[in-house]
Amino acid sequence: MTRSAAPDGTASWPPPALDPAGPFAEPLHTLSWVLFGMGLIVTLIVVAALAVALFGPRRWRDRLGGRKLVWIGGLAFPVVVLSGLLIYGLGLTSHLTQEPEPGEMRIRVTGEMWWWRVAYLDGEGREAFQDANELHIPTGQPVVLELDSADVIHSFWVPRLAGKVDMIPGRRNLMRIQADAPGAFGGQCAEYCGGPHALMGLVVVAHAPADYQAWFARQSQPAATVAIPMPGMQVFQRAGCGACHTVAGTVFNGQAGPDLSHVGSRRTLGAGILPNNQGTLVGWISDSQAIKPGNRMPAYPVLTGQELRDVSAWLESLK
Amino acid sequence: MSLAALLCACSDKSDPSRTIAGADKARGLSVMQSVGCASCHVIPGVAWPQGRAGPSLEGFAQRSMVAGRFPNRPDILVDWLIDAPSLAPTTGMPAMPLSRSEARDIAAYLYDLDD
Repeated sequence: MTRSAAPDGTASWPPPALDPAGPFAEPLHTLSWVLFGMGLIVTLIVVAALAVALFGPRRWRDRLGGRKLVWIGGLAFPVVVLSGLLIYGLGLTSHLTQEPEPGEMRIRVTGEMWWWRVAYLDGEGREAFQDANELHIPTGQPVVLELDSADVIHSFWVPRLAGKVDMIPGRRNLMRIQADAPGAFGGQCAEYCGGPHALMGLVVVAHAPADYQAWFARQSQPAATVAIPMPGMQVFQRAGCGACHTVAGTVFNGQAGPDLSHVGSRRTLGAGILPNNQGTLVGWISDSQAIKPGNRMPAYPVLTGQELRDVSAWLESLK
Repeated sequence: MSLAALLCACSDKSDPSRTIAGADKARGLSVMQSVGCASCHVIPGVAWPQGRAGPSLEGFAQRSMVAGRFPNRPDILVDWLIDAPSLAPTTGMPAMPLSRSEARDIAAYLYDLDD
């Protein structure tokens, strides 16, 4: 509810499922309508046969009970129709999961309980930098996503850009996304993964190519304010936040939780579920368990109001 | 009789000092949702989240104080919503990204929370 009214990232919530915004969502959109249509036709035939069986004239009912119709309607028709749809569907979607070609842009997304670890890969598949819960892509070109999981099965789903692909521990599943125009596209984990599964969202942000290059350059460096002493940085250190969180350009290098190097520039907090500002940062840090029950960040009731504001101000400055 | 009238006046929601001219409480609710006030506060009318970092706002119209220390008046409440630390330097409530008119809409919503 809160999400539907929020600006920017969370405004795309809930993501519409039949409103494709790129060429890899189009085939699924087409396939969905073909399947709905075929389902409707079969339903009408069955209902018509039922009506004949119940109310039709004697001769028609006899014919309906005959052996020939059972063979045709009960076996041949479903085999032909379902096989045809399967072949059609596979043909329409097989190219979505092909191996990346040399030079194709790649991002690795790892499902975690209950957030997304994001790593931008260079041409050789090495990590350029990490981010979390938000994917940035240039418009007008395919981006290969390498999907895996750190714990249980998750499923990556940004309905306006592509279909669902499961994230399975120990496997590397591939999918492609592409956005035709700049914008923010909401996503959601689509495979039940435990407690706060429903609150495991993400945002894909598509930029015009030049804007994407600028974003990438900024993101590759530590945030500009990291070198400026701010009281919130000491609070972050004293509270031990660095045990789980990395902030590039500092000593904080924890790996268990989301990378916070540029957390202030993200559109959302808590994995796609809250708007991101100092107020929501205070609420999340103080007691994220009230917001997303069961998530792996403990509540920090020991922090005073002043400390909460300081650490939130520091995090918000990391753009 | 006059005493009774006086007592009633204190909690009368049509109390002129609690009405905010031109404010839109429906818009106040949607502004609260878009900035995420409920990350810290339980707010009647917001199903999720129900944050616990700050006080619940149930029955806010009945309260005599903002943050337990300032008179609960529209002008003070609006200042508080926009920049709480300027009034109470140790508060956990940060300055919020709200325009004055948005803060007035929120205040109108809060002054409608009677119980």
